[in-house]
Amino acid sequence: MITIRFFASVREAVGTAVLTIDEPFEGKHVADLKSWLASRYGDVWHEALFQPNLVHAVNQVVVDPDTALHDGDEVAFFPPMTGG
Amino acid sequence: MQVFIQKESFDVGAHYDFLVRAFSGAAVVTFTGYVREYSDQGDLTGLELEHYPAMTERRLQELGEEAAARFDLKTWRIVHRYGRLEVTDPIVWAGVVADHRGAAFDGCQFIMDTLKTDVPFWKREYLSNGKVQWVEAKNNDNLRRQRWR
Repeated sequence: MITIRFFASVREAVGTAVLTIDEPFEGKHVADLKSWLASRYGDVWHEALFQPNLVHAVNQVVVDPDTALHDGDEVAFFPPMTGG
Repeated sequence: MQVFIQKESFDVGAHYDFLVRAFSGAAVVTFTGYVREYSDQGDLTGLELEHYPAMTERRLQELGEEAAARFDLKTWRIVHRYGRLEVTDPIVWAGVVADHRGAAFDGCQFIMDTLKTDVPFWKREYLSNGKVQWVEAKNNDNLRRQRWR
């Protein structure tokens, strides 16, 4: 199982804050997960998940989209951070 | 405890007092950030801050530890709010103690410059004309962050 969290403008675009999926993503990459979500949920998701400045995190660490996934991972997608 | 992530406001003086009592360093530098009354889009009535709780806490802790190691800080503390904030409310506070002013200034600035771009908070502005919009990341913030790499 993989948990996927969406924040800020990405959360608003896809209309959900959290999603869990049971698909076998073991050994596949974050980019594969994005493609899978976009093909399953459509153009709005594609646009949100493939925007050039999207930040990808796995288990609360920012990563590149070619990072491998493992069962139990928490993946997050969000726009550039604007704290402080 | 060195990291405080909270909805409610905070007492800058109390955090300052903690720092100077916790360690008898020679130099103390603190920064407080407040909600501005305006943005490039017009006057503001307030802000809303969203965050990614598990990651926010972890990143702020790592950031403080990295600053302490890099600038030889005696101690440090970071406070950051989330949720709805009104104009002039304090949003963020960072304080550091070091042996000398150079390390204290650099340590506090490193924390703030890195926090802006690397810790998962997102600001949404409430404008006085009724519009609500996400704040875009600023290139100037990225440039300030780059200086510390």
